[in-house]
Amino acid sequence: MLKKSDPALRGPRETLVSLKGAGVYRGGRWLVRNVEFDIARGEIVTLIGPNGSGKSTTARSAIGVLKPDEGSVWRLPGLRVGYVPQKLSIDWTLPLTVARLMSLTAAHNASEIAEALASVGISHLAGAEVQALSGGEFQRALLARAILRKPDLLVLDEPVQGVDFAGEVALYDLIGRIRDETGCGILLISHDLHVVMASTDTVICLNGHVCCRGTPQSVAASPEYHQLFGARAAGTLAVYRHDHDHTHLPDGRVLHADGTVTEHCHAGDGHHGDHTHDHGHGHGHGHDHEGGGHAR
Amino acid sequence: MGTGMGMGMTMRGAAMLDDFFTRALIAGIGLAVTTGPLGCFIVWRRMAYFGDTMAHSALLGVALAFLFEINLTVGVFIAAAMVSGALLVLQRRGALSTDALLGILSHATLALGLVMVAFMTWVRIDLMGFLFGDILAVSRLDIALIYGGGAVVLAVIAWLWRPLLAATVNEELARAEGMAPERSRVVFMLLMALVIAIAMKIVGILLITALMIIPAATARRFAATPEQMALMASGIGAVAVAGGLFGSLEFDTPSGPSIVVAALALFLVSLLPYSAFSRRGSAADGNRMP
Repeated sequence: MLKKSDPALRGPRETLVSLKGAGVYRGGRWLVRNVEFDIARGEIVTLIGPNGSGKSTTARSAIGVLKPDEGSVWRLPGLRVGYVPQKLSIDWTLPLTVARLMSLTAAHNASEIAEALASVGISHLAGAEVQALSGGEFQRALLARAILRKPDLLVLDEPVQGVDFAGEVALYDLIGRIRDETGCGILLISHDLHVVMASTDTVICLNGHVCCRGTPQSVAASPEYHQLFGARAAGTLAVYRHDHDHTHLPDGRVLHADGTVTEHCHAGDGHHGDHTHDHGHGHGHGHDHEGGGHAR
Repeated sequence: MGTGMGMGMTMRGAAMLDDFFTRALIAGIGLAVTTGPLGCFIVWRRMAYFGDTMAHSALLGVALAFLFEINLTVGVFIAAAMVSGALLVLQRRGALSTDALLGILSHATLALGLVMVAFMTWVRIDLMGFLFGDILAVSRLDIALIYGGGAVVLAVIAWLWRPLLAATVNEELARAEGMAPERSRVVFMLLMALVIAIAMKIVGILLITALMIIPAATARRFAATPEQMALMASGIGAVAVAGGLFGSLEFDTPSGPSIVVAALALFLVSLLPYSAFSRRGSAADGNRMP
């Protein structure tokens, strides 16, 4: 299903979406203002920012689900979007198997569907009802559905929510592979402030406006990032690592690989980067960690 | 001789339509086949109360039809469509919750209809017939309306099936992937208004929603896909209509409530422990994917 093509061999990358000074005003306040960025074919753009910083709003205006109240959003005419929304609850009364979910917005033949399910590793769930899936399985199913459309632009709003750590790594690998093999553009909203997928080209740090942007390394080094996420985050915009040295216990404590149990993660713990649950930042917003457990 | 037989058949067929019960049966089954798929969408979209509100506005439509001397079915369709439009506008203003808006509109339109009918002393209206259905009142024109209207409703649902279903699952997803969920919603409401208009005579204003929802809810237990559920709901509805009408004839009960009671009986049967159906269920699962 995925056609092999090296994005590096193409000429100048075609712009898919372009936001210019875009802002969305709802309920008496600006959710985001003055957002500017482009997404080109073959590019991965990751939006990070605290809760309520306008990540989803920005992504939704980029694909035309929301109309911006100021500025403009340009989309390539005929742009084909594959969308994995942040929240999707399917009423129990709707009998929907995973295989049927694949053809929700367009018809696909059985072999394409089987291939897409295999690529996200849930072939065995084709006949399962979607309501019976775990959070991680459901996210994979939604991702399979989105890539089946062979989209020009894939928009993933917290695609790894509810996925355990090993699954998270596998999904990020898969997303990178989809970009490499199909050359589509990807707009990714990260569920974790400090952890960004390794193959991201551009990180955009939002907090009601664009705070800073650049490669993961340059954003991690920028003073705006430090101001937004606090001094303790300094230098730790972690590019995704595979080490997994601690486990969160149900009571909120942390079990480390060496067997010790502490109240919080340590700054050097794997997979969170510098993970703290209570850091403030320059713009006065609180932030609570929104990792797993929000599947549906 | 062949010609003679054909004529005989035709005459017998015509005589059959002279029988009020046969007319009611034909009309009712046609109606149930139509309400099945529509009812599934009402259940999936959690719009039962919304359907009830539109149905209640039918009496206002009846009163207006008498007042302006237009066709009853047309009057009911217009009233139901206007109420759903009003609801969309009020929802968008967001001053009250949808639940409260429905409560207001549902009872306000019913009360307005009742008051207007009471004022119109110059027309004799069989209120019970409108509220609970009257099989004696089903004419050949009604049969034509039900089958014509029903064909339109089913054709539109079949044509818009994918966008309607996609918008039911998630409106934003549907919009992001190039569908028009707003259009689906408006079309869906117009279809509902049309079904209410043609269903009024058989099941009555107060019970129309039941004929849409109960067969769909019954079908849920046995369906593996949305398409199966829609077809099963049509079949179950047709059985309920037939059973209810026979009961109505046998026990001299009003037709609408009898049909709903029959539908309820089927629904209760569907709640029986699954083991009773497992043999059939596993046979049906045979060609499903693992």
